[in-house]
Amino acid sequence: MKIYLINSIRFILLILIQVFIFSKFELLGYINPYVYPLLILLLPFNINSIQKLVLAFLLGLSIDFFEDSGGIHAAATLVIAYLRPLFLRNAFGLSYDHQTLKLYDAPFKSLLIYVSITILTHHVVLFVLEIFSLNHLLYLLKKIVYSSIFSGLLILIILNLIQKKNKR
Amino acid sequence: MQQILLFLTKNKTGLVFIVLFSVALGLTFQAHTYHNSKLISSANFITGNLLSTSESVNQYFDLKTQNEILFEENEALRHQLHNLALTEDLEENVDFEIDTLYKIKKAKIISNNYDKPDNFLLIKGGSNAGIKEDLGVISSKGLVGIIQDVSADFSRAISILNTNSSINAKLKKTYHFGTLTWDGKDPNILSLIDVPRSAPVEVGDTITTGGRSLIFPEHIPIGTISSFELNENIGYFSISVKLFNDMTNLKHIYIIENTKKAEAHELLNPDVSQ
Repeated sequence: MKIYLINSIRFILLILIQVFIFSKFELLGYINPYVYPLLILLLPFNINSIQKLVLAFLLGLSIDFFEDSGGIHAAATLVIAYLRPLFLRNAFGLSYDHQTLKLYDAPFKSLLIYVSITILTHHVVLFVLEIFSLNHLLYLLKKIVYSSIFSGLLILIILNLIQKKNKR
Repeated sequence: MQQILLFLTKNKTGLVFIVLFSVALGLTFQAHTYHNSKLISSANFITGNLLSTSESVNQYFDLKTQNEILFEENEALRHQLHNLALTEDLEENVDFEIDTLYKIKKAKIISNNYDKPDNFLLIKGGSNAGIKEDLGVISSKGLVGIIQDVSADFSRAISILNTNSSINAKLKKTYHFGTLTWDGKDPNILSLIDVPRSAPVEVGDTITTGGRSLIFPEHIPIGTISSFELNENIGYFSISVKLFNDMTNLKHIYIIENTKKAEAHELLNPDVSQ
């Protein structure tokens, strides 16, 4: 029950933060940070996979409503939610398989890998669907790389803040 | 039968993923076609109200620039007014025949995008304020977009910074027409394509709306020519237009309604009305 409550609060909070703060960032004209995938990153590891997919879909769709962007956020968030076990295994290796993993205690290197591959996958799907043409390949690549770096950094900073609070 | 059921339960995660992903892709494809992107629209009750609340806070941060823009416009209008009064003095009690073809309404933008390939503007005021689909949106400096979707209190306009938008425009000094489009990159530069090679194109010339579209009146300023090239194969110019409008800093806008649009439309397409 507590899990549902926590995730509902995170869901609403992340949407509001994304829409009212981070979507207003316009660095150099094409860098947009997206921090809402943090919800998917932080989901419990033993969550029911169908619940996870529906949650991801709803999260993405809510962002789409605010940004008038069709279904691109829903699609991108679904992909990372579906591939999450794969990312976790790659980043944390054995401790994920043995179900002894705690995200807050994980070594920074593993955390960095986990966040980077998730965000990169999310941004690739997102911007490919958004730009939707191969005419601007270079522009697309620039947008993916720079936005991923920026989003990843922001997410790591937020994670760090939550981590500190939890340890206290 | 049992095997099918077994297969379904075994792969339920994958199946749910595929179903939801197709829905998301469907919405995306649909949003990429101009007239169908209404299913996922920010002009609904929840997003509209939230965005307008946030905007009412944000607007304080650029009151100064917005004031400046309105002040400039006032100056220009006052200039026109005094000139008008001057000619009026010559003959007393002239009955002005006011051109009522276009109705103007003022409105405010509550959400403005310009960093994506397909941008939209959310405007405060919807069908309750008399705003309808397919009305033109301009600012004091020039063209902004076209209303595309209307709810009770909000409306969504397709910005000229949208790769799906195409607006009829012309050179100010001659009547050579072209189509105004956006390539999705620089929010200050639009391109005017399909201008015939006979047109006397020069850098610095002004581009205005063409008045062919029934949405915008003629002579609304758009921008100046920053560069152009002649496509030798097809004999048309491709012109880069630098906008007068700063699309990244819009607040106060005007909505233009052509009151005789239905009538004109009927004349142009006689078969449809019958």
